[in-house]
Amino acid sequence: MRREIPLIITAIVGFTYIIQFFVPHWPFNILEGLLTSWMLIIFAFAIWLGALNLLKVSLDKISKRSRDWPYAIITIAGFLMIAIPGFLFSGGRRFQDPGTAFDYIYQNVYSPLSSTMFAMLAFYVASASYRAFRARTKEATLLLLAAFFVMLGRVPIGDVLSSFLPEGYRMSQMADWIMNYPQTAGQRAIMIGIALGIVSTSLRLILGIERSHLGGE
Amino acid sequence: METGFTFTNTLAAILTIGIISFLWRDNPLYKVCEALFVGVSAGYWFVSLWYQNLLPQLFDNLGISQLFSSGSAEDGALQVLFKQGRFDDRLFYLVAGLLGLMMLMRLIPNLGWISRWPLGFIIGTTSGLYFTTYFQSNAMAQLKSTVLPFTTVGNIVMVVGTICGLVYFYFSKEHKGALGGAAKIGTWFLMITFGASFGYTVMSRMSLLIGRFDFLFSTWLGLVK
Amino acid sequence: MFDKLLKIDRRIIFIFVALALIVPMFLTITQHISVSPEVQIIYDTLKGLQPGSKVLMAFDYDPPSAPELQPMAVAILKYCFKNNLKVYIIGLWPQGPMQANMAIDNVISDPTFKDNPPIYDKDYVNLGFMSGNELVIQGMGSSFLHTFPRDYLGKPTHQLEMMKGVNNFSNIDFIVNLSAGYPGTVEWVLFAVDRFHAKLAAGNTAVQAPQVYPYVHAGQLSGLAGGLKGAAELEKLVGFYGKGTKFMLSQSFAHMIVIVFIIVGNAAYFITRKK
Repeated sequence: MRREIPLIITAIVGFTYIIQFFVPHWPFNILEGLLTSWMLIIFAFAIWLGALNLLKVSLDKISKRSRDWPYAIITIAGFLMIAIPGFLFSGGRRFQDPGTAFDYIYQNVYSPLSSTMFAMLAFYVASASYRAFRARTKEATLLLLAAFFVMLGRVPIGDVLSSFLPEGYRMSQMADWIMNYPQTAGQRAIMIGIALGIVSTSLRLILGIERSHLGGE
Repeated sequence: METGFTFTNTLAAILTIGIISFLWRDNPLYKVCEALFVGVSAGYWFVSLWYQNLLPQLFDNLGISQLFSSGSAEDGALQVLFKQGRFDDRLFYLVAGLLGLMMLMRLIPNLGWISRWPLGFIIGTTSGLYFTTYFQSNAMAQLKSTVLPFTTVGNIVMVVGTICGLVYFYFSKEHKGALGGAAKIGTWFLMITFGASFGYTVMSRMSLLIGRFDFLFSTWLGLVK
Repeated sequence: MFDKLLKIDRRIIFIFVALALIVPMFLTITQHISVSPEVQIIYDTLKGLQPGSKVLMAFDYDPPSAPELQPMAVAILKYCFKNNLKVYIIGLWPQGPMQANMAIDNVISDPTFKDNPPIYDKDYVNLGFMSGNELVIQGMGSSFLHTFPRDYLGKPTHQLEMMKGVNNFSNIDFIVNLSAGYPGTVEWVLFAVDRFHAKLAAGNTAVQAPQVYPYVHAGQLSGLAGGLKGAAELEKLVGFYGKGTKFMLSQSFAHMIVIVFIIVGNAAYFITRKK
């Protein structure tokens, strides 16, 4: 029961979408529309589950006084800091309007924190370039050369440095060529490989051969 | 966004510097900012999903938000059913709501298994959709546009690179002889691809950092015009 | 000496990176920005649209990617409003519609639009965010109104003037997707282009851009702007210079410093290895 019904649901829903692709007419188009609209709602609940689980884990951490538990209080405070104004003091459905409490927290707390978190990677990319990128083999040298041409070709200074070369052979044009031909060929090979992998995995899931996502009993 | 040394900008600047302080070493200020970021992100999604998804898609359609007069004046499925005595196919949203609630059962240890039903639904939907679309767009369409005449160097590179790259991913036979040679050429193309991706990654990460420095030096401190 | 160079403290590298980005902000050097063919296609497609044409803009990014994608959004919006193209905004990322609002604020503050600012439900609508990733695109293929029952402001979508006669992708002339990952350009190509035959261009973060080049080559994408450079190119083409152009000098210095790091790192490595 606990594993069979989810497998049946997966098979019915999966086949409906596949059949609808080939036969986009009644009743499959209606059924597909219905299932899609349900999915939008289930997805929202799935994300809610993530947020609620974070609260649960944080509360557990506090109650058990686990390592770094005071930071779990800050996590919960952060959640409430945006959720309470969002629900109570931001004009209901117009919660995102400029000037609402929700918008204020988005602009001045969420935005700088998230932006800086990802911007930090710039430092580590530079550090890795210095320490890890070595032209030890032919393949590694190719990688470095491609990176060199693309990095220089994608900024104006590249064309300044290669201005002595004839038109068509300057850095930006070489970068264009690398991106449009050898790079695209490599990406395409990866893309086709992944697509075939997805097709086979999808079929395994729909047919119930792959069921690891259901976990143990 | 207002510029200058205001309270709001200073708050954002402190949070920015708090995260950057990790570069020196792990420290309490960074940890506070990190924990705050996680909490605020979750809260952001929580509120957004309520107002932009669950309320209009589920509660308005069913007519539940109308009961609390926070929704639109238009009748939902329940109003149509009870006032007009007519079945409205939006009532089917009850199933979606039920599946959604079953998803939340994951939070209750003994009832966690119930969440497998909506999970099965999600897996079925994405598998069914991906099965056809990935095959159409990322396999067939790509193969089709790889069939090019050998009229330019670019075309030759494209055909050879794609085929050799695919050969490299073919693991059912040992990479020896012609197959091994093709796989070797495939590796070179993949290396160029990774190199180009690395170059673009550098570009991306630096742009994000420029954005933060622009905030600190231009918006907050007003040093850059 | 080279041994020491290899064991240099990472924080010294960080300082060099910071300096390479900050110092150019104080310099005023004009740079020539070359336009790549992929960006040119976006502009040519936009130029080919008649006044009154409908452009769907999908804002699929959040604040961390804004330095790259926000200048693109502003440039395209300015072009659309200047040329009387109707803009429909949606987001597969919850932060997207808020970023769109910020971009529109930027347009409104531009003196060019002082006398003729874009008006909601006349020049643009913001349908907001909807969860469901690619399923949202799939749903839009059948019905915009069902997928987005209410707009960003909470108003029923069917009451919007601009939504009259707009049912699905067949009523949209051009889609511009600004994407920072999943869900984003790949999903728009898979569903909007290949299933519903929409015409799509993309602005991507530089991290994502190389992955979607095969779509440009296969004709599934009508143009691609990658990263801050792509934004600067778009700004140049539409004639509204903004942060994309402004930051190009810092970007140039940043790339140079990384190249110098790679060269110095390799030189030190090979010299010490010979010893």
